[in-house]
Amino acid sequence: MRTFVSVTGMRKSYGAHRVLDGIDLTIPQGTVFSLLGPNGAGKTTTVQILSTLIKADAGEIRVAGYDLAREPGKVRAAIGVTGQFSAVDSFLTGEENLRLMADLLHLGRAKGRTRARELLERFDLTDAARNPAATYSGGMRRRLDLAMTLVGTPRLIFLDEPTTGLDPRSRRTMWQIVRNLVQQDGVTIFLTTQYLEEADELADRIALLSQGRLVAEGTPEELKRMVPGGHIVVRFADPDGYLRAASHLRATSRDEESLTVQIPDTGVSTLRKLLEWLDAQAIDVAELSVHTPDLDDVFLALTQEPSTKEPSR
Amino acid sequence: MRAVTDSATMLRRQVKHIWRYPTLILTFASVPVVFLLLFVYVFGGTMSAGIGADRAAYVGYLTPGIMITTIVGAAQGTAISVATDMTEGIIARFKTMAIARVSVLTGHVLGAMVQTFLAIAMVTVVALLIGFRPSASVPDWLGVVGVLAMFTFAITWLSVALAMVTKNVATAINLPMPLMLLPFLGSGFVPTESMPAGLRWFAEHQPATPVIETLRALLAGRPARSSFLEAAVWSAGIALVGYLWARRLYNR
Repeated sequence: MRTFVSVTGMRKSYGAHRVLDGIDLTIPQGTVFSLLGPNGAGKTTTVQILSTLIKADAGEIRVAGYDLAREPGKVRAAIGVTGQFSAVDSFLTGEENLRLMADLLHLGRAKGRTRARELLERFDLTDAARNPAATYSGGMRRRLDLAMTLVGTPRLIFLDEPTTGLDPRSRRTMWQIVRNLVQQDGVTIFLTTQYLEEADELADRIALLSQGRLVAEGTPEELKRMVPGGHIVVRFADPDGYLRAASHLRATSRDEESLTVQIPDTGVSTLRKLLEWLDAQAIDVAELSVHTPDLDDVFLALTQEPSTKEPSR
Repeated sequence: MRAVTDSATMLRRQVKHIWRYPTLILTFASVPVVFLLLFVYVFGGTMSAGIGADRAAYVGYLTPGIMITTIVGAAQGTAISVATDMTEGIIARFKTMAIARVSVLTGHVLGAMVQTFLAIAMVTVVALLIGFRPSASVPDWLGVVGVLAMFTFAITWLSVALAMVTKNVATAINLPMPLMLLPFLGSGFVPTESMPAGLRWFAEHQPATPVIETLRALLAGRPARSSFLEAAVWSAGIALVGYLWARRLYNR
């Protein structure tokens, strides 16, 4: 696969505050790359640099085959940005917003009109096309925002927290739109998000950013394997059962108040042995659940503040 | 070439904004109209004695100053709209697009000129209704429009720059405020000869005075002479400083 974005040693400081401290990234064409990190980790700064809004202090950056520092104009022609703060003109209607993009891209009147109509149709905005964007709901604004980004058929799209503040239904609609962009249009996506579920749903590769450094990178599955987070939680029906089980089972944590114990490992054999033992001892179980490690576990384990970081196991 | 077409596109964006909120022009026109009525009917009796004429003649004396008041008042409105626009995500979008960068600002300036001219037209109509009787010929009127356009262009670029000095909309409103004083501290409402020496020196050497003198001469059908050149030099200087400053602030 062709590399679409490559970053080596990217640094950025504001005064004494080091925001990005040597970032290396490689994004293959036609994939979804997701940058995860807590607030203030440098996600937005990374997007701002890669989308030519601000300059990096150091680093070799190539986007769409062009050197970002030397040919920002060429890079701009290849990218589209949909930010966390809707980049739409609220005073203009949806259609006017799209036509504005078409005019700025010099598509010509007829082509601009057709493109606007297509995109309104595709993003289910035809009915609202003639209303000012100020009257749109959050989900509609994000769809219009993305539609505006697509007027110029960019090959790389930055989605900076595209579903922050959206309701679950609108979020799912956005996800489907993003998937279609990659599958149908072959677009490369650079996604930042604070929703781990979103990265898990969409991303081919995820990088975890913490305090200006990448602390982990890989597929969602690879990342999940990095932390031991799988466990079984058993809640007992009575204190007697709880006490007998707690003394027998090698629990990693127990809670006398709620009568629960937590047992590491989620393998099938562990689970079968546990159930057989509970059955043989005739212990009443109120609730049993199996937790596989999710990105939350990865995120919390890898992005902690240094002062509160637990010793690694 | 790209700069011209992109600026035209951005001007269309501004014209649509104006079209959608036409009441803004009424706001721009209302303050100068109130000034006009106040100065003619409240102070007019006394003021006209100062220039050795009657109330009707004072309307003619006053109108150029009121036109300048309209320009600086509208410039304040432009500063607000530019400052507000800069906080919108769409500006970040424009900056990441392969377009002529400064076209966003050019669009604002040209749009503001359209708005200012509509406001000046309204103010002039009111002046005509209350006794303003210009004796300008067609070439004189063309000169009037030209001088107004030059000065509007200059003051608007300056206020666009002022709007971007701070990222705070509330501050942006206040920065162009002192411009409002220019017609007062010049020959807009009273002859500069009536002022104390220091103030008089300032009044005769600030940009609004030659513009007002040129307008006054042309509207009365007299030749504008050196004040026209002075007005042009001031306008060109302010426009250049405003443009370069605004462009630097936008690109930072």
